[in-house]
Amino acid sequence: MNAPSSPPVAGSTRVSIRNLKFYYGTHQVLQGVSLDIPAFQVTALIGPSGCGKTTLLRCLNRMHDLYPGNRYEGVIRLQPGDTDILGPGVDPIQVRMRCGMVFQKPNPFPKSIYENVAYGLRLQGMNRRRDLDERVEKALREAALWEEVKSRLHQLAHNLSGGQQQRLCIARAIATNPDVVLFDEPTSALDPIATSKIEELIVELKKRVTVIIVTHNLQQAGRISDMTAFMYLGELIEFGETNRVFTNPAKPQTEDYISGRFG
Amino acid sequence: MAPAFVAPGRRLDKAVEALMVWILRLGGWASVLVTFGIIVTLVTESAPFFARVPVVRLVKDTMWTPLFSEPQYGIGALLAGTMVTTLVALSVAVPLGTILAIYLSEFAPARFRELVKPMLELLSAVPTVVYGYFALLALTPLLQMLYPDLPQFSMLSAGLIMGIMIVPYVTSLGEDSMRSVPMLLREGAYALGDGKLGVAVRVVFPGAFSGLAAAYVLAISRAVGETMIVAIAAGLQPRMTINPLESAATVTAFIVQVSLGDLPHGSIGYQSIFVAGAMLFLLTLGFNLAGHVLRKKFHRAS
Repeated sequence: MNAPSSPPVAGSTRVSIRNLKFYYGTHQVLQGVSLDIPAFQVTALIGPSGCGKTTLLRCLNRMHDLYPGNRYEGVIRLQPGDTDILGPGVDPIQVRMRCGMVFQKPNPFPKSIYENVAYGLRLQGMNRRRDLDERVEKALREAALWEEVKSRLHQLAHNLSGGQQQRLCIARAIATNPDVVLFDEPTSALDPIATSKIEELIVELKKRVTVIIVTHNLQQAGRISDMTAFMYLGELIEFGETNRVFTNPAKPQTEDYISGRFG
Repeated sequence: MAPAFVAPGRRLDKAVEALMVWILRLGGWASVLVTFGIIVTLVTESAPFFARVPVVRLVKDTMWTPLFSEPQYGIGALLAGTMVTTLVALSVAVPLGTILAIYLSEFAPARFRELVKPMLELLSAVPTVVYGYFALLALTPLLQMLYPDLPQFSMLSAGLIMGIMIVPYVTSLGEDSMRSVPMLLREGAYALGDGKLGVAVRVVFPGAFSGLAAAYVLAISRAVGETMIVAIAAGLQPRMTINPLESAATVTAFIVQVSLGDLPHGSIGYQSIFVAGAMLFLLTLGFNLAGHVLRKKFHRAS
């Protein structure tokens, strides 16, 4: 997807969330969240289970549309283009093509390694073998997987290890050059070595894409994120530079959570 | 005090458990024993046939007339009938059953699915003799309106109805396996910007392939083994033909036809039933093995 205008520089806002409320049926999960997510940085969403961090993440690619009874209120503006993701005329498919997602558990499709990465490209109308080959290789290199799989691109993706599968899912998400990649606890199903590879990769990725990551692992948030948002009971309690939030939290709830007193 | 109280209960639990294990074991062995018994019967009963008739005649003869005074033993004539009716049935059941399964699993609202599935499964509860006469008395006249030269008995008519009979098997098994494809996989495809149909065809279908392969194999076995419909509607004349517009006898139709007559025990005609039966057994065994291999091959993919 080509951006309609020139991409924002590092530090400018990529996603701006204003007074976002979200309801599962009649149950309100997000209580009016406002947040500016900077471009080309890693923003971590942290907070205890049930605080709404994953719900918030899944608003950003309209994932909630897949299930009946869900309702959004508020505005989420995505740059470039100043598109209101939640706007009435906006096709969720277009949103998802601009905001890739990596899930809690690796979920490669029952296809070859190559076809997994090519999936999004094909959806965007890329059919020529040469173009596909080039983009698949580029994505796999960026996901630090190319050297491990280049000799078996046409084997089933399920033969890869869990960590490799997750890197494949990252390659799949970045192959189409999205503006934002959403990570939903991407390492919760992985061992420590695979986890550290994914973390390195995420830090590397922010050079070309905006990263938002939900994590329940505070050390992970501290290691890889530039900005941290702490959520509690569906509200955004505190948002700021990761260093500052971790060392000198402004709100008592943040301090309690970070020091392990609850959550 | 406490251990003394717990012990008798535990002993009872253990006895019940041992009993259950034995009941289950018996159940498992029963199916093995029945299969084994069938094999023994088929082999011992068809052995005298091969003592009198050289095996090559099964292949070399072009007609199957074991009851004639100048008997011919070309089993190909029967196999052709079985093959053609099965192919006709599959050409109905596989596409229709698969499409229905995709629809029910991916598109139909839950309430509609709960309504339709039992109704569909009712189709497989209709006695096959009813299907047979339905083919003969309802479908064949209908087909004759489109194609007047169609004989009263035809493999086409029998095969089509057999296909309808098999649809529920394919749909039911196929839908189960599609619904067991994890939601996480579907979300992965939606997250890349795919639509409902794309997810169904590109992700759910390959993800459910091992279950679908099992459904198709079951469909083949049902079609190969089906007796009543073909005996009633496809005719009882063994004929070496692959034209579905003709009438022909299948392996099963021959068995039922001959076993209804009063053939003396030990005559060549009587023994030929078991040869046909052994053929049928090998055929279904082959398909089941193929299905097993296929399933294993695709198992990792789902």
